[in-house]
Amino acid sequence: MPGKYIPSDYLPILIFLMVATAVGLGVLIAGSIFRLKRPYPEKLMPYESGNLPVGEPRYRFSVRFYIIAMLFVVFDVEAVFLYPWAVVFGSIGFYAFVEMMVFIVILVVGYVYAWKKEAFNWD
Amino acid sequence: MLAEIFFAYFAVVIVLTSILVIASRNPVHSVLWMLLLFFHIAGLYLMLDAEFLAAIQIIIYAGAILVLFLFVVLLLNLKEEIKGRPFSRIFVIALVLAIGMAVVISSTMKLLPPGPVGQYSMDMIRATKGGNSSIIGRVMYTEFLFPFEIASTILLVAIIGAIVLAKKRLRS
Repeated sequence: MPGKYIPSDYLPILIFLMVATAVGLGVLIAGSIFRLKRPYPEKLMPYESGNLPVGEPRYRFSVRFYIIAMLFVVFDVEAVFLYPWAVVFGSIGFYAFVEMMVFIVILVVGYVYAWKKEAFNWD
Repeated sequence: MLAEIFFAYFAVVIVLTSILVIASRNPVHSVLWMLLLFFHIAGLYLMLDAEFLAAIQIIIYAGAILVLFLFVVLLLNLKEEIKGRPFSRIFVIALVLAIGMAVVISSTMKLLPPGPVGQYSMDMIRATKGGNSSIIGRVMYTEFLFPFEIASTILLVAIIGAIVLAKKRLRS
């Protein structure tokens, strides 16, 4: 039940996060106190190396990025399953090896499919 | 007492950031609030002594799933959505329903019997060599082997689905 136990081993990480937040906020606050304030409309324009901006900054990205992102997510999840497997590999042994090979072979089917459908090509 | 303060902090931030996720006018801001939300959920997992789950929460959800969310947001044409109102007209009805649901849950929560105490207590996990991830590995690769192999099929479906959706011109 949350609210009963404190993960005290993670105190250094908590301190790290607090320092990081304090530095981030501190820089912004110090900047807003000490900087000069001379607003004029040109300052709100996007900076394009002195040229006038052409077109909208928002345009629709190519759907190919989506395939790359999806493949990344899938193989990221696969890599996460490898981690507890590697920890217990010594105690389970060959059985664990077969299990993981079945798992990876099923995913390799998807990889080969992506390859054959030229999902990695950019044209 | 300290544990309650930490829990209250995580709970309050989780509720506030979830509201901001659905209330932000800019979808990119929604995704960034969701990033904060995922980090605080990881903190909650740590307080449940689920260290492995907390690490996975940050690596997979904050690292990978949010990238996917961001890509989907960038793939959409957002100009109209940003100009529009974030809440639809049913907002009042939704709010009333949500408050009613909260009242029902908070009043009936204590009536629920706690589940049976399993073999994997905090002390048992602590005493095991390798700790949290070793216990998860042992359970997943012996007892829950079949669901684990099913997971690979689900990931395969995700790959094929993405390619079928996004790769129109097939040269085969």
